[in-house]
Amino acid sequence: MSAYKIIDHEYDVVVLGAGGSGLRAAVGLSEAGLKTACVSKVFPTRSHTSAAQGGISAALGNMGEDDWRWHMYDTVKGADWLGDQDSIEYLCKEAPAAVLELEKYGVPFSRTEEGKIYQRPFGGMTKNYGNETVQRTCAAADRTGHAILHTLYGQALKHNTEFFIEYFALDLIMKDGACKGIIAWNLNDGTIHRFRSHTTIIATGGYGKVYYSATSAHTCTGDGNAMALRAGLPLQDMEFVQFHPTGIYGHGTLISEGVRGEGGYLVNSKGERFMERYAPKAKDLASRDVVSRSIAVEINEGRGIGKEQDHVHLHIDHLDPKVIDERLPGISEASKLFANVDVTKEPIPVVPTVHYNMGGIPTNYKAEVLTLNGSEKTVPGLMAIGEAACVSVHGANRLGSNSLIDLVVFGRAAAKRAAELVKPGMKHDEIDKNETDRCLDRFDKLRNSEGSNPTSELRLSMQKTMQSKCAVFRTEKTLKEGVDEIRKPYDGMESLSVKDKSLIFNTDLVETLEFDNLIRQAITTMDSAYHRKESRGAHAREDFPKRDDENYMQHTLSWCNGSKTKINYRPVHRSTLTNDVQYFPPQERVY
Amino acid sequence: MVQLNLPANSKVEKGQYFKDKTGSKNIRKVNVYRWDPSTNENPRLDTYEVDMDNCSSKVLDVLNKIKNEIDPSLAYRRSCAHGVCGSCAMNMNGKNGLACTKSHSELDGDIDIYPLPHLKVLKDLIGDLSTLYKQYESVEPWLKTSKVNDKENIQSKDDRAKLDGLYECIMCACCSTSCPSYWWNGEKYLGPAVLLQAYRWIIDSRDEDRKERLKKVADELKLYRCHTILNCTNACPKGLNPAKAIAEIKKMLATA
Repeated sequence: MSAYKIIDHEYDVVVLGAGGSGLRAAVGLSEAGLKTACVSKVFPTRSHTSAAQGGISAALGNMGEDDWRWHMYDTVKGADWLGDQDSIEYLCKEAPAAVLELEKYGVPFSRTEEGKIYQRPFGGMTKNYGNETVQRTCAAADRTGHAILHTLYGQALKHNTEFFIEYFALDLIMKDGACKGIIAWNLNDGTIHRFRSHTTIIATGGYGKVYYSATSAHTCTGDGNAMALRAGLPLQDMEFVQFHPTGIYGHGTLISEGVRGEGGYLVNSKGERFMERYAPKAKDLASRDVVSRSIAVEINEGRGIGKEQDHVHLHIDHLDPKVIDERLPGISEASKLFANVDVTKEPIPVVPTVHYNMGGIPTNYKAEVLTLNGSEKTVPGLMAIGEAACVSVHGANRLGSNSLIDLVVFGRAAAKRAAELVKPGMKHDEIDKNETDRCLDRFDKLRNSEGSNPTSELRLSMQKTMQSKCAVFRTEKTLKEGVDEIRKPYDGMESLSVKDKSLIFNTDLVETLEFDNLIRQAITTMDSAYHRKESRGAHAREDFPKRDDENYMQHTLSWCNGSKTKINYRPVHRSTLTNDVQYFPPQERVY
Repeated sequence: MVQLNLPANSKVEKGQYFKDKTGSKNIRKVNVYRWDPSTNENPRLDTYEVDMDNCSSKVLDVLNKIKNEIDPSLAYRRSCAHGVCGSCAMNMNGKNGLACTKSHSELDGDIDIYPLPHLKVLKDLIGDLSTLYKQYESVEPWLKTSKVNDKENIQSKDDRAKLDGLYECIMCACCSTSCPSYWWNGEKYLGPAVLLQAYRWIIDSRDEDRKERLKKVADELKLYRCHTILNCTNACPKGLNPAKAIAEIKKMLATA
């Protein structure tokens, strides 16, 4: 191995990722006086939080009566009872304060006539424990994520957070089961950096790019999840992949659920508003898994639209153009750009598209990473937040607008917990040289790959397999095939080809490292799906169409070493955090 | 007579030619600026023959096709692919824009792709935006309010509407790097992107620091290097109007 120049840093806390959750954590850590580094492979405002459109949920009650307990019930039901109710209680109870804090930071929320934060209806969000639609989703037009991300970056600047931008993180540094920091590669000058820290917070987002068609950005490669796997830690509930009902047909660009919140509706080739059949009460505002499955059934039964009968239409052409202009300007722009559709006159062609990973690094509600052992034992020095984490508040299916609130509530919680655990200027442990060597060996081996399989080909093969074998509907047969097929691109890495050998902005190598991260998550996703023989939330098994609470009120844990996985289970938390609310026992889930 | 020439090492040379291997009848030539900092070589213009029968509609799709199928060493930034993250800003057939929202059918002839103008190039199409980011920081892009109660600030719909056309900025730098004044005085002139952001906070009814903010930008170099050339507004891929924002700042200062 050629020698790499290593630059050492010492920080109280390292935050990995600068999206909504990473920035919110960084702000809290800086406020607490902890020396904090925020490391990101992209400039903060390029993070994928910027793509969130519809809004952020919180029971503010600005547009009619609301209660955080109702929000909690909706989230538990949306999660198909796989969510941990202590964490969900924490999320929903803390949500209003977290949104008001964002407003104080300067987020340009849309406003009501009285000048309060505007809230819109969203899928699965109801009044009085499932009774009627509530307006709970706080919005900045249809650019809420963008507005929040830019505002949080401003706050981080205000608090003098130290950023390491365009640094690609390679691995966690572990010692005796505890995390001691990370190793990262500076793309700007090609140097290797070793960050020692008392706490490392993984905020690296989801891994949507394991699929061929996803609303996710090119950079959504779940790097932190893969780092956890390489450190011998499990990922949780990886089989639960959310398909957003409305990605633009052929391109995958997200069309916000806010569109249906503002009155948009879906139709099939017969012009039927088919959601009325699947969800008589909530109709187009049923939760995402339900709407996506309904669209898939319509298409499978020959009522899809177009030459291939492979999509459906989303109408907003009946809405007042002024409303569209004020509340949905971004989707008008996207529809024009990517579907050549004028939304005031024509419907938008849409199809269910991979959008969100409910699974990730298991944590408790304080954001501390958990291991198995049948207990709630934590991994010292390691936390995870945002889409990278599985708290689990979203369980088997996330409700729209619960993601942005997850980012800020648990970003804040992580900062609080880290401030309890770490005192400014504490002495750092020695770290084992083997950890650095192990990390750089992998880096060097990938960099010097001289085989015949380009990364792009292996990635495409992985994406096509995930798309066809682990889709909206799954069966024993497709999953069994998937379990075998998904290992082929992994094995293809034996003869990998990396053309660019340089160290400065070597994006060939970046994509190879990202592929190495993705493929491990693809494997754990496929294997976890194969082993869950029931239907729950986003995991729909045609051969096991019912939810099986007797056997599967459990979180799947999957370890991955090379292409070998180990699957185990952890019971779902069946109690709340406080006596402010009662546990919601499992019910049949109808919308 | 004085002769003005580029330094020898910045002359763009003719690069490699990648001939089509698919046998496609629908070929388009794509010329891409290349520079590798790890060699001592001059920048060059590589030419790729791209099969347009199997290529989606945007310039980013063309670049992805080149990177995936022809030359994985090509370096450019990209992320969201739908015009919200601002990563893939570059110069296409002489005009700045986002590769992910620019349709190649709108470009005539060969496609020429360069990094954003007048930035230090880090590699290929990747420019150094660190100066712009520091300038962004200098306008203190956060709300200044003394309110500490746990209620939200009340803002009327009309006051909120004043932020439209401003808060949408994705900081792609298409505007600033199209501005001749910024090319000339980029270290001192804040440029359209940052001035638009400055105005976004100046005009926010919730902010209590308007006077101070105005005082801070009221500077010969920071603000008044804008000579209303309007390249910025012409370049903005989000349809925003930085020139108008700058004019509003000047107006507020003139009438203050």
